[in-house]
Amino acid sequence: MALPSCQQCALRRALCSTTVPTRHCRAAVIRGYLTAAVSLLTKMAELGAGSLLTGDPAFSYQEHELNERLKRLYPAVNEEETPLPRSWSPKDKYSYIGLSQNNLRVHYKGHGKNHKDAASVRATHPIPAACGIYYFEVKIVSKGRDGYMGIGLSAQGVNMNRLPGWDKHSYGYHGDDGHSFCSSGTGQPYGPTFTTGDVIGCCVNLINNTCFYTKNGHSLGNNLMKNDLRPNLYPTVGLQTPGEIVDANFGQQPFVFDIEDYMSEWRAKIHSMIARFPIGERLGDWQSVLQNMVSSYLVHHGYCATAMAFSRATETMIQEDQTSIKNRQRIQKLVLAGRVGEAIDATQQLYPGLLEHNPNLLFMLKCRQFVEMVNGTDSEVRCFSVHSPKSQDSYPGSPNLSPRHGATNAHLHSTGADSPTCSNGVTPTNKNKSHNKYTGVSSASSSPSSSPSSVNYSESNSTDSTKSQPHSATSNQETSDSEMEIEAEHYSNGVTESSARIMNGTYKHQEILQADDSSVGNGVADDSCSSRQLCGGNQAATERMIQFGRELQALSEQLCRQYGKNATHKKMLQDAFSLLAYSDPWNCPVGQQLDPMQREAICSALNSAILESQNLPKQPPLMLALGQATECVQLMARVRSGSCSFARVDNFLH
Amino acid sequence: MMACLLEAPLRISVLSEVTATSRHYVDRLFDPDPQNVLQGVIDMKNAVIGNNKQKANLIVLGAVPRLLYLLQQSSSSLELRTECAVVLGSLAMGTENNIKSLVDCHIIPALLQGLLCSDLIFIEACLRCLRTVFISPVTPVQLLYTDPTVIPHLMSLLSRSRHTKEYITQIFAHCCKTPEHQTVLFNHSAIQNIAPLLISPSDKVRMQALKCFSVLAYENTQVSMTLVNVLVDGEQLSQVFVRMMQRDKPIEMQLTAAKCLTYMCRAGAIRTDDNCIILKTLPCLVRMCSKERLLEERVEGAETLAYLMEPDVELQRIASFTDHLVSMLADYFKYPSSVSAITDIKRLDHDLKHAHELRQAAFKLYASLGSNDEDIRKKITETENMMDRIVSGLSESSIKVRLAAVRCLHSLSRSVQQLRTSFHDHAVWKPLMKLLQNAPDEVLVMASSTLCNLLLEFSPSKEPILDSGVIELLCSLTQSDSPALRVNGIWALMNMAFQADQKVKVEIVRALGTEQLFRLLSDPDTNVLMKTLGLLRNLLSTRPHIDQIMSSHGKQIMQAVTLILEGEHSIEVKEQTLCILANIADGNTAKELIMTNDDMLQKIKYYMGHSNVKLQLAATFCISNLIWNEEDGSQERQDKLKDMGFVDILHKLTQASDPNLCDRAKTAMQQYLA
Repeated sequence: MALPSCQQCALRRALCSTTVPTRHCRAAVIRGYLTAAVSLLTKMAELGAGSLLTGDPAFSYQEHELNERLKRLYPAVNEEETPLPRSWSPKDKYSYIGLSQNNLRVHYKGHGKNHKDAASVRATHPIPAACGIYYFEVKIVSKGRDGYMGIGLSAQGVNMNRLPGWDKHSYGYHGDDGHSFCSSGTGQPYGPTFTTGDVIGCCVNLINNTCFYTKNGHSLGNNLMKNDLRPNLYPTVGLQTPGEIVDANFGQQPFVFDIEDYMSEWRAKIHSMIARFPIGERLGDWQSVLQNMVSSYLVHHGYCATAMAFSRATETMIQEDQTSIKNRQRIQKLVLAGRVGEAIDATQQLYPGLLEHNPNLLFMLKCRQFVEMVNGTDSEVRCFSVHSPKSQDSYPGSPNLSPRHGATNAHLHSTGADSPTCSNGVTPTNKNKSHNKYTGVSSASSSPSSSPSSVNYSESNSTDSTKSQPHSATSNQETSDSEMEIEAEHYSNGVTESSARIMNGTYKHQEILQADDSSVGNGVADDSCSSRQLCGGNQAATERMIQFGRELQALSEQLCRQYGKNATHKKMLQDAFSLLAYSDPWNCPVGQQLDPMQREAICSALNSAILESQNLPKQPPLMLALGQATECVQLMARVRSGSCSFARVDNFLH
Repeated sequence: MMACLLEAPLRISVLSEVTATSRHYVDRLFDPDPQNVLQGVIDMKNAVIGNNKQKANLIVLGAVPRLLYLLQQSSSSLELRTECAVVLGSLAMGTENNIKSLVDCHIIPALLQGLLCSDLIFIEACLRCLRTVFISPVTPVQLLYTDPTVIPHLMSLLSRSRHTKEYITQIFAHCCKTPEHQTVLFNHSAIQNIAPLLISPSDKVRMQALKCFSVLAYENTQVSMTLVNVLVDGEQLSQVFVRMMQRDKPIEMQLTAAKCLTYMCRAGAIRTDDNCIILKTLPCLVRMCSKERLLEERVEGAETLAYLMEPDVELQRIASFTDHLVSMLADYFKYPSSVSAITDIKRLDHDLKHAHELRQAAFKLYASLGSNDEDIRKKITETENMMDRIVSGLSESSIKVRLAAVRCLHSLSRSVQQLRTSFHDHAVWKPLMKLLQNAPDEVLVMASSTLCNLLLEFSPSKEPILDSGVIELLCSLTQSDSPALRVNGIWALMNMAFQADQKVKVEIVRALGTEQLFRLLSDPDTNVLMKTLGLLRNLLSTRPHIDQIMSSHGKQIMQAVTLILEGEHSIEVKEQTLCILANIADGNTAKELIMTNDDMLQKIKYYMGHSNVKLQLAATFCISNLIWNEEDGSQERQDKLKDMGFVDILHKLTQASDPNLCDRAKTAMQQYLA
């Protein structure tokens, strides 16, 4: 997103002077909001086929409902690659067909003397294979003179001067005789006839390549076609006599037939097929493969003691030596705690030359350090802090130190950063799902004080353990291993818990920051009094930050000279500096950067770089396997294997 | 046989060895040291697990009474008592013979007594054993109801733990077999106690609770009506059932939930046009009939669906086009398939076992589908080899199949078109007649009812049936103790007599005998009386027939008519009787039987002035026949009736508000004017 010029100017001022021009800034904020709003609207308009801003609230509501329903029914479809049918195509129709009502209503306007006057229309897009199971309905508004209507499917290029089903690569269910036509001029007895008022549905099963029709919500059973359905079929209707009018429902309204129930059956079928996949004699091999995966994953993320315990129990080997793991663990901890400056120092000390050879990584770290300065967490500004070291220690920590498959990863994916977890895109919706399964947990997260479970999951997990250390360890303390172990144990407790904990942490974090809710728990309650201020509200710290900003700017320019322009760097820098343009950086369009969760991306990037420098894999095999599985499922969609829609990797990551 | 003999000595020695170790286990139960007894029971527990032979041995050696004794002794430690219950539960897991032995040792009252203990672990062990005993088909379920305090106590234990929930609901689900059982459970708040278990986190508990509701609601209006108003966690029970029918749920759960809703619907608690029936239950049951389901599920699915839609034509129509149900059912007749015979013997055995069940279920469902709609009947008869299948079904050895086949035939026989075509083409009357020779009453009722339809005058099968000596058979049916059979017998005769030859009519009267005819006229069943009158009316049509029958049986018939007109009968019966009188009045010589009977004439006069138009009409018709101009002696009759005041009545009736009656009276008056 391009920054509004005014904001940039505010930035520059901020970098040149130590005082923030508040009035100017407020104007910039307002304009910033406006720009954001306009860009958001533009995006929505693009999604809504360009007709959103017609000013019809009912239509936009319908459009919204359509989008929601399509997303729910066909979550595996990537609409940028394969858009779903949303209306009839004004271009792909015979001249005797008239369209109205946002291209959803079809009426016949020919002579209708005989079958030579038949006319069809196709939908705007073919049915994507990633739907797995696709469904649309057509309501017969009027049967017209003779009710010679056909509902069905056809491929691109099939003659439109015909009813669907008569020609090769087209299929149709006809109202006058109730016959089903499968690429043939003669139909076979199939179902009842249909007429005015009936709702006819057509369901395409791309898993077993069959199709069936429904009448008024009742399945009429599989079509009697002999040969399989060809790919890329379009929803199609054909009319033949004057007065015939039909309305399509591609998801604009709830369907009469319970298609989701039908889908659930196939989802269950495919899941049980996966669960029952025979592994035969290789059972032992599988076990050791799985153990190695777990072990390497623990090692990768630096859960040293857990990894050791695991390898003892399962008798597996660990490649890396313990000290190396502990070093990495220490550095990761520093990054996740927001103490990026110390992390850089430690890296330079333990792995000399590493950051020098990775200027991009160094720049990313420095940018993060700047953000943490704004946050007031980096040690360079923290030393100025008036707050007690204790609260400083506990407050800004990332709510969850264990690697997570959360929204951050999705973000990573989009920025194209090479991250070990990047292919593991679990959508937030999914997290909610697993959340709902354990209502006890979810209620605990919304009211942490009400249930004992909130103590178990509480963010104070990290804060408490830090707190439990001697206070002398304020600045550069050696982070104890035990802290990580607690995390790790929690993680291994069950994945649901971990995701519940994410929510829990975030919620609580906000509560600490925004409300004087002292019920949160003993350790964190202290922090509730600290309000968020730039660099912890310390003047000297702010000056140090501005100073650091200038250095960062210089580094950027140097890199630019050395390696040429880098758009990613530029944006990173801009985003970081933009924080200063707002009086409340935590509540601004770029405020998300301050979220402790954002530390995780850079943390894993640094970890990967260290591992790579030690000639170890930069990604744990578990993540590799996960990424590969995800990629495979996407590939299935491209090669038109419908079962991909019900074999989604995130279904198995609870 | 030889091999067996040779092996015998060896087996005996092995057996004696086993018995020796078994005896040791039993002996330890009698040890004076309670600690040794406990250890003995624990060892016994470990020895019998999964070992049916060991279980049988211990039972033979008398372990059960001792275990029961230890279990019941209050001096025994709780641990010992619990272990005893566990061992008994393990013994019950064996063969049916084991169960019989346990029941013979009065295990049930002992365990029920044990439930009064306060210890949950012990209670669970007792319940587990009771569950195993009660779900066995050899255990008389009545034993659960002998002691009236048992059911309320079980209800109070229900919510104690996950296990008590599972075992008790499972016991209820298996032991609720009669309306009396339903009432007992209902009166002890079974519904309120079990409903919350439908949303239990345990799959087993949910399933058993659901089964309870299906057996409680079966043909029980009281339960069904209560169920619709039950809320589970703020949700209507029917909606809970609907959720349990979702396609990703276990098949057993879908099927049982569909049964619950079916029973509630048949009891009138849910309307047949409710979405939960039309859009959920019906499609779910149709799915249960598909080839993908197990044979048992297909049988239950088809039977339940047949029951659901039996009274509702709209459901029949929807089902007839859902998922090609009609042709799907044709697959039910393909077991054992030729493939199964080749592939493996186990499969063949399995298929054979279910083949009868599948066929009868399919026939039932076809019968239900075709009971009202002509188009559906056509669709059924056009299904591959359908008529042949029915014909062979009629002569199958299994009574269930024969009954279902004849029900199906009966349903299809309501179609005029099918009677004229497929029924005749396939000579269905032949196996039907054979079936009627020797069959249990329920089959006879269906078969004779079907025969009634086959004897309708437009049916081409009527002639060959007549030639096959059907009259004797039907007459014997009229002597049956079953009112349904008497009705069907006389009904078939009535149909047969309609516009029949003189020969046939004479044959009917001869075969039936006037004595039986008059006995039927005083039958307590109104239906029988009506059909008998109908038969008389059909016999007394066309003049020569009237005169001939009246000349031979006139006296008795007139007596019977008098009797009915004087008796307490419904309007319909009296109307039918007056119509017979009108028919008699149409005869040439038969007329005189009325004209010479002043009493009868007075009766006709009375009915002409009756408040019911139908009776007035019939009586007027009778008079009209008597005074008809073109016949011999009409003048005298006219004069006599005029003297008796009939003309005045007719005159009055010409002013009647009912147009038919008015016309009839005017026509009669014209006879006087001519």
